[in-house]
Amino acid sequence: MTPITVLVSVDSNSILLGAKEFVTYLRNLVANYNMDSLVTVLETVSLGSYNGVTVQVLPDDVYYSIKSKDDVRKIVEEHLLKGRQVWDLTIDKSSIKPAEKFELKEIRIVTRNIGSIDPKNIDEYIARDGYFALSKALKMKPEEVIKEVKDSGLKGRGGAGFPTGLKWELTAKVQADQKYVVCNADEGEPGTFKDRLIMEGDPHSVIEAMTIAGYAVGASKGYIYIRGEYYNSVENLRKAIKDAYEYGFLGEDILGSGFSFDLTVRLGAGAYVCGEETALLESIEGKSGKPRLKPPYPPENGLFGKPTVINNVETFANVPQIILNGASWFKSIGTPNSAGTKVFCLAGDVNRRGMVELPMGVTVREVLYGFGGGVRGGRELKMVQTGGLAGTFIGPDKLDTPLDYDSMRKYGVSLGSGVILAIDSSHCAVDIALNTMEFFRHESCGKCTPCREGTRLACEILEKMTKLEATQEDLSYLEEIASLTADASFCGLGQSINVPLLSLINNFRNEFLKHVNEKECSVNLCKKPEKKAKAFIK
Amino acid sequence: MDRLEIKKIVEELREEQLVEGDILIYLLHRVQDHYQSHYIPPEIGEMVAEELNVSPSKVYEVLTFYSMFATKPRGKYIIRVCTSLPCHVPGGREIVEFLKKKLDVDFGDTTKDGLFTLEETSCLGLCGVSPVIMINDDYYGDLTVEKVESIIENLKGGEAR
Ligand SMILES: Cc1cc2nc3c(=O)[nH]c(=O)nc-3n(C[C@H](O)[C@H](O)[C@H](O)COP(=O)(O)O)c2cc1C
Ligand code: SF4
Ligand code: FES
Repeated sequence: MTPITVLVSVDSNSILLGAKEFVTYLRNLVANYNMDSLVTVLETVSLGSYNGVTVQVLPDDVYYSIKSKDDVRKIVEEHLLKGRQVWDLTIDKSSIKPAEKFELKEIRIVTRNIGSIDPKNIDEYIARDGYFALSKALKMKPEEVIKEVKDSGLKGRGGAGFPTGLKWELTAKVQADQKYVVCNADEGEPGTFKDRLIMEGDPHSVIEAMTIAGYAVGASKGYIYIRGEYYNSVENLRKAIKDAYEYGFLGEDILGSGFSFDLTVRLGAGAYVCGEETALLESIEGKSGKPRLKPPYPPENGLFGKPTVINNVETFANVPQIILNGASWFKSIGTPNSAGTKVFCLAGDVNRRGMVELPMGVTVREVLYGFGGGVRGGRELKMVQTGGLAGTFIGPDKLDTPLDYDSMRKYGVSLGSGVILAIDSSHCAVDIALNTMEFFRHESCGKCTPCREGTRLACEILEKMTKLEATQEDLSYLEEIASLTADASFCGLGQSINVPLLSLINNFRNEFLKHVNEKECSVNLCKKPEKKAKAFIK
Repeated sequence: MDRLEIKKIVEELREEQLVEGDILIYLLHRVQDHYQSHYIPPEIGEMVAEELNVSPSKVYEVLTFYSMFATKPRGKYIIRVCTSLPCHVPGGREIVEFLKKKLDVDFGDTTKDGLFTLEETSCLGLCGVSPVIMINDDYYGDLTVEKVESIIENLKGGEAR
């Protein structure tokens, strides 16, 4: 170890801001100044704060936000060479950690290693108790592993919230010559980027959990299905899998237990619907990703017709800690019916975007103001979308709703994948509705008519509305379509379009009415299309 | 690309195969990466089918289902604009309008000079720095109309040289 360590965030958000170049430049400078034996430059994945690339100098524990190579040079020449802190680049630690005044109870279970280890170095993962849970699990009976997960109260973090232990138990009970474990890393819910950062920042936690799942249910093969566009996640996971094989955490006779498990990565190719579990299985099988009829569910009849456990990245990432620390520890976090933490992704018109892991039951307001620092540019908050595009739009009056698996049933506020999207008063509710429905139209796989036609019709009406050409009948028809489509659609995609659409209409009915009755848009975004001069000449 | 090259990739991917039939989409990604105009020509699709022992119609169905694949040549630069709400809200709407006007194409179309194809994509998981676009394998975030304009001009300039 060198006396000084410089940590540079290189998650994909930071890479866009030049992080990779900064690292190379920093390393070159350190070499030029002959400081190699004094300074180690490490790449890490950071959390939150994306106004610049975050750099931490240890042991001084000083944080900098870097925007250019000049900034890098300053840090080397001032701080590293002369020991003088560069104040104008320094960021307040509290801007990286949540603001104190809301006393955010950040608890890091699935994000515990993110930003603290080099994700490409398996030794660093091991140094932080990595693969200890696997070793512990392999000494337990499979039933005991399942019981621990069941008792922990862990539920699926991919949106549906199915109890994970129960899913494993169902799969374990089926007799079959082959079973599979699949990780759903097709993260596509707009506003969600947590799975990406988990895979980039701590890939081994997913591998370890899947191997534990394989042991528990009696599966010897596993797949991680990653979005085709997530190049960095694919790269880090492939590297991690390779290393895990070399260290004997994957492959034949793992840690001398007699249990064998093979794991590989597969890529998506740009289809949101492949996040639906059965569509995802179709895709791994080399087919177009159209959902299957359920039941049978994957635990009974999944990949290649065999019993399959399929869980989300974040769900898996909880498992090693549950095995290590025990079910009751996990259950003590969060709310009675929703144990543990949730990783929230904050996006939209806020001062600080990013992700943060908080106990279940935290309120929308706490995330929005405590972590996000409130609405950007001092504007007024108009609405918040929670849970993703298939989730709900809520007005500022509902900010104190606690988010957990009960918030939808109790308050009509969706937890979903943990998205919190802030939308300020400069936006038009009808335009937001159109954008939302365009997403569903674009991503509808076309397998069933209600979804294909319902999303198309909804877009047509909303388009008319944004051109201030729709009538009140159109609005009623739109509401009808939303419900009909949801009732008659084949899979969760079509079945969920009523939730966002009706929550928008119900919360902002006056605005919709204004568009159809008075032909007016409150924020002056929607305008009548200009009449083409040609029409008169003809 | 020729059959020999395809055989080579298939052999490589077989190393990662766990079950017969699980590498088709993986393979198609690798094959398409070889083509500067980002597509898989029909005869190559057929070769892939033969090498994997599946029907050509199955390969064709897969190629048309997934938006990352194409069966017709696309531009040298594929510009994928994220149109999802977290990008739409902080300025993405204006960027979409701008790109359509600047390139004089609609989504799915290629510019006359064959340089750019404009595509719409759903959330790319970079909403922490939205609005976002992707050009081939590169991401660009925290965009404004001005930044997009200079990115396009730079690419054009690089071509002219
Ligand atoms: C249209 C649609 C898209 C989905 N997309 C995802 C996704 O991107 N990631 C995910 O983990 N689950 C997604 N799901 C949920 C999965 O079908 C499934 O419930 C989940 O993978 C189960 O894992 P969990 O129990 O760990 O949450 C989607 C569901 C639907 C209907
Ligand atoms: S509901 Fe939509 S996405 Fe689901 S199967 Fe039907 S058409 Fe496809
Ligand atoms: S909405 Fe555009 S990257 Fe997520």
